[in-house]
Amino acid sequence: MSIAWYLAVSAIVFSLGAVGVMTRRNPLVVLLCLELMLNGGNLALIAFSRMWGNGDGQILAIVVMTVAACEVCIGLGMIVAIYRQRLPIDVDELRELQG
Amino acid sequence: MSTTTYGWLVLAFPLLGTLITAFGFRVLGGGGSSRAAGWIGTAAIFLAFLAALGALISLQGHAATDRQFVSSLWNYASTTGIDAQMSILVDPLSVFMILVVSGVSTLIHLYSISYMDKDRGFVRYFSYLNFFVFSMLLLVLAGNFLLLIVGWAFVGAASYLLISFWYRRTTATKAGIKAFVINVVGDVGLVLGTYFIFKHTGTLDLLKSFHAAETGAFGHTVAGNTKDSGDLVAGCILLLVGAFAKSAQIPLHTWLPDAMEGPTPVSSLIHAATMVTAGVYLIARMHPLFELAPAAQDVGAIVGAVTLLVAGTIGLAQTDIKKVIAYSTMSQIGYMIMGVSVGAYAAGLFHLMTHAFFKALLFMAAGSLIGAMAGEQSLQKMGGFRKAMPFTYGCFIVGGLALSGIPPFSGFFSKDEILLVTGERGGWHWALYVIGYIGALLTAIYTFRMIFRAFHGEPVPEARELEGGHLAHADVPRNPANGEEEDTDVGFPGPEHAIAERALPMRIAMSLLALGAVGAGLIQIPKVDFVIDDFLRPSFATSKLYEPHTKSGLLVVGLTLGTLLGLAGIALAYRIWVVGGRELRASTAIRERVPGGEALYTLFVNKWYFDELIEMLVVRPVAALGDFARDTFERVFVDDTLIGGTTGIVRAGSAAVRAAQNGFVRYYAALLVLGVTGVGLYFLLQA
Repeated sequence: MSIAWYLAVSAIVFSLGAVGVMTRRNPLVVLLCLELMLNGGNLALIAFSRMWGNGDGQILAIVVMTVAACEVCIGLGMIVAIYRQRLPIDVDELRELQG
Repeated sequence: MSTTTYGWLVLAFPLLGTLITAFGFRVLGGGGSSRAAGWIGTAAIFLAFLAALGALISLQGHAATDRQFVSSLWNYASTTGIDAQMSILVDPLSVFMILVVSGVSTLIHLYSISYMDKDRGFVRYFSYLNFFVFSMLLLVLAGNFLLLIVGWAFVGAASYLLISFWYRRTTATKAGIKAFVINVVGDVGLVLGTYFIFKHTGTLDLLKSFHAAETGAFGHTVAGNTKDSGDLVAGCILLLVGAFAKSAQIPLHTWLPDAMEGPTPVSSLIHAATMVTAGVYLIARMHPLFELAPAAQDVGAIVGAVTLLVAGTIGLAQTDIKKVIAYSTMSQIGYMIMGVSVGAYAAGLFHLMTHAFFKALLFMAAGSLIGAMAGEQSLQKMGGFRKAMPFTYGCFIVGGLALSGIPPFSGFFSKDEILLVTGERGGWHWALYVIGYIGALLTAIYTFRMIFRAFHGEPVPEARELEGGHLAHADVPRNPANGEEEDTDVGFPGPEHAIAERALPMRIAMSLLALGAVGAGLIQIPKVDFVIDDFLRPSFATSKLYEPHTKSGLLVVGLTLGTLLGLAGIALAYRIWVVGGRELRASTAIRERVPGGEALYTLFVNKWYFDELIEMLVVRPVAALGDFARDTFERVFVDDTLIGGTTGIVRAGSAAVRAAQNGFVRYYAALLVLGVTGVGLYFLLQA
């Protein structure tokens, strides 16, 4: 099967994620969509790894997953902290850092 | 130790003294009555003097043909074509100068310990004074043009610090600024002159530079092509501008009389014995260049002659005792500048030495007298101090006789030797010769006018008080120049004054200088011995004008004429100011009876209107130009257009960027995606 199919799926997943990040206001959903984008990227990496027949892409995908796990940790932690402050769970309302 | 090691030591001691007194001021000034800074300063200069003696002895141990030593510590800059080194030149000329400078300075430091005793700025004073001596020694020891310029500028800065030492006196700060500005004019002359010379010789080193000039760097052949090189003449005249500014020659002389605002020992040190002689040294040092540019030499000789005459006439009419001595200094420096410009190098330097002795002595004696007058400096309020201050009177007489050139005092031999050489040059130099002797007559008159008015006649109240054993004190210390009340907190001596009769260090310093003023002339008696001539000869080995003077006819005429004019001047002064009495009937009568006397008197009292002339020709046009530039160029172009325009652009730009920062995370994400997509598309389409 041609690599193009894999890449097409990867691009679709990535785009879905990107659209979600741009349109949704709930930070939990935004985080979910970020995960989608990362996994879209991972898919492309694995596909390339298969194409070249070596493990480099897979290693990179594992690194991406690790980073994603860290990011989710911090993100969820922040959301919990925001909730405890009884602040709205809405990225548009949370714009106090505005310049 | 080698000869140059002594040279470095001469520089090291005063520098060390400066640093110790400057950085240790909290410790040294803490006790309030501790005089440690004074003794440290004096010791530093005395050690420098001993090192200078060492250099002299070491130098005499070498063969007469091999007495020029250059020593370099490190390179300042090693670029192609520039040999800027930290180097000193030790030869008879520089050793002569360091001996005079450090010797006289030691005594002045010693004198200052008493004179400045009650001054709050005691430590600061000695730090400045040591720095001044260091700068002067650096100037005379410099082995290349670069170091010479550094020393030259240091001396100007040090004199600024010392003139405005009592910085709450408005007159003192103004005088300091004036001296600094005029000295900077001289610095510019020196730097530009150096450039003109460097351009042709390609080296900054003094000796190499002279050698290059003598072997044709300026188009002269060794055989003696008489055609002047324009660049060399320009360079030498620019060097002369430097010399004139430092040595207070017309028209750059107006700072010197104003500089009398500093403490009296400062006047003695920098405005009589050392700083103002830098110009004389410069011309003597640069003699190989000047001898190739006779036009520049003539300029120097004429300016020197004019200065000695003009300063002498102004000295006749001044009433401030320190200013009389200041104008006398200008006049005597005029002799030296004339001397070294006509080729009387040894005579000019000889006069420099004797003048350092008797002028420092006169200033010190004047300081003592001003102390007895509780700070008053006007001759009109002085009189009859002869009995009250016998020691000071004696010093004044010795200094005055030496200054007037009465044999066997030191000024007699040195001044007449300058004039002798000038006369021997023949031609129009005879005019300078005659001016010199007119100047000698004026010198005797104004010197003894000062002495007779201060010490003879009816004693003034202060003198009577002192005879009764009590030193006069002013109720409120006032600035003698403008009557302003003094601020004693920042270091004015206040009610306590020092007089030589009551302070041993002052007496020691003055006695030693008096010995020099009496005896220094005997070092070189015409036709008998040529100590100075012989000692300095190695420095002037290539000079065409440096030769023993043998025309005895002119010598006898000159010496006789000098003596007679000196005596006549003293007699005239005696007739006018002693016989004539304190009411000045005689001098007023002369003024009224001689045709044009009043006009001349007004001219002399107003110092030939030089201050006004400079104000009109230089200061006002420059100030007007400055105002114009400020109002149009600065306000309209720089402030409104350049600066206003720049801030406007930055403000508008930042307003636009600020609007993009709205805090919507989704908006940022969209921008990011758009941006990445854009970049991706760009590369895709490129490929």
